[in-house]
Amino acid sequence: MQQQQDVVIGLEVHVQLTSLKTKLFCSCPSDYRGKPPNTHTCPVCLGLPGSLPVVNKKAIEFAVMAALALNCQVSERAVFFRKNYFYVDMSKNFQISMYDRAGGTPIGRGGYVDIDVDGTRKRVRISRIQLEEDPARLVHLGPIELSPYTLVDYNRAGIALLEIVTEPDLSSPKEARIFLQKLRSILEHCGIFDGSLEGSMRCDANISLAGGARVEIKNITSFKEVERALSFEIARQRELLKRGQQVRRETRHWDEDRRMTFTLRVKEEEHDYRYFPEPDLVPIVITEDFIERVRSMMPELPDHRAERFMREYGLPEYDARVLTSEKALADFFEACVKLYPSPKKVSNWLMTDTMRVLNEYNLDWSSIKMEPEHLAELLKLMDDGVISIKIAKLLIFDVVLKGIPPSKLVEEKGMKRIVDENYLSQLIEKIFREFPKAVQDALKDEKAVHFLVGQVMRHTKGRADPALTNELIRRKLNELQRSS
Amino acid sequence: MASRKLVSLEQTEHLSWLAKVELSEEEKRVFTEQLNRILEFFRKLDEVDTSNVQPTYHVVELTNVFREDEPASPLPQEEALRNAAHKKNGYFVAPKIV
Ligand SMILES: [Zn+2]
Repeated sequence: MQQQQDVVIGLEVHVQLTSLKTKLFCSCPSDYRGKPPNTHTCPVCLGLPGSLPVVNKKAIEFAVMAALALNCQVSERAVFFRKNYFYVDMSKNFQISMYDRAGGTPIGRGGYVDIDVDGTRKRVRISRIQLEEDPARLVHLGPIELSPYTLVDYNRAGIALLEIVTEPDLSSPKEARIFLQKLRSILEHCGIFDGSLEGSMRCDANISLAGGARVEIKNITSFKEVERALSFEIARQRELLKRGQQVRRETRHWDEDRRMTFTLRVKEEEHDYRYFPEPDLVPIVITEDFIERVRSMMPELPDHRAERFMREYGLPEYDARVLTSEKALADFFEACVKLYPSPKKVSNWLMTDTMRVLNEYNLDWSSIKMEPEHLAELLKLMDDGVISIKIAKLLIFDVVLKGIPPSKLVEEKGMKRIVDENYLSQLIEKIFREFPKAVQDALKDEKAVHFLVGQVMRHTKGRADPALTNELIRRKLNELQRSS
Repeated sequence: MASRKLVSLEQTEHLSWLAKVELSEEEKRVFTEQLNRILEFFRKLDEVDTSNVQPTYHVVELTNVFREDEPASPLPQEEALRNAAHKKNGYFVAPKIV
């Protein structure tokens, strides 16, 4: 059996700078999601002749911040280039991008991101970060091969995109996913990116197996998909190699619906893009002052936040890393601890019970409806003995998925813990009559006592107070013992 | 200097593929010849010693021309689509390329 070590993966990630209000080279509003097609355009992003691009200053600031957050060397000077190709997603027939050859320099180079894989730290090197414009969104009627034509919406065209390229340091699909999650968390902490927006993070992957060839996979639309796409591709290439066939060096397309990769149209090679400096944009000089100003605005990043969580809240490293793996999750944790100052307990309920709900419904943290107040209230209801832990674990589904306050659920569903002695005593008598054999056993055997407690719980759907139920059953057994 | 052929017929074909322009056999021959002649003119530039000259990325001396991140009104949809040869439901209609 071949090991995973022979797999080499590099990623080219495209991240929209979603916190910008306008596009990269024009003042069109960037909030295009869910809007009618071609309502967020102007002569610049429609590529009309005679229009001139002007760089969004904030985009440069954000790109420099990303470069610093990813430990890159920031270039003193950045020049935009034209990447020439004829395709309807770019009406100008070129994309304004940056280039790391022919005298071009990207915004940042030579950085790294540390990721945690099964408890081990691993460094993934970043080769470069650059700014470019997002192409238009193409819509097809049904599957692309069957669609009679392509519909084009230029609302997305010109949105500021950060291209982040890694060295081929990843060795499994899982590592690729963890890397993207970490990258998302870092950029979200910077306040320049919101990964919960659909299509805001996309990536292409280069993958090769020992004895094979480098294959590029395009159209991976989320970090969930990256693991699937790469796993499929590894299996495909292994199968070819096993049968003694050759792996062709090519570009393949990931089809999310069919969950497989297939060969893409013959694509241009690097030199076919005929890069040259964009004459409509002047060079950008990034001064030491500018970099320092951006550095001073940089918020706390996930690694530092995790360390603080360990220091300030006394959390184990594992908890601290998981909680800071998503900004929304870390924010939630801190807000909840303010209301319910028992960090480890809050952490447990987030990492196990809340995560279980999310996993069961295949949701991610951003789709959660629970507020920090809700979780604090749930924990308090347990402390006050109003509900049992069992009930709390049931209630959390509706709290997480629908955002209903736990106290309201307890009211509505009549899920209060039963502490009514009379009621429980009557129920226990009924159960004793129903299971005489178990009662006989219980007089000698502890295990049978548990069975009787379990029966009470079953009848009350877990609402009976466990301590009281236990006490009442033992009292009743003692009575029986004495009377016999 | 001997006139070395710079552009082959295959390269002209490749260029036409990149430009998505279909050429007839005759056009390929004519354009190959013309491209070679154009490049021949540019060869003249090779005679200049540029080993001590910094490359020019831009002809004007300006740097850092920026715009603030303030939204402005975009074009109305019908304006954006006004020059489109084919449109449908607010979209531009383009031939499908797979
Ligand atoms: Zn625009």
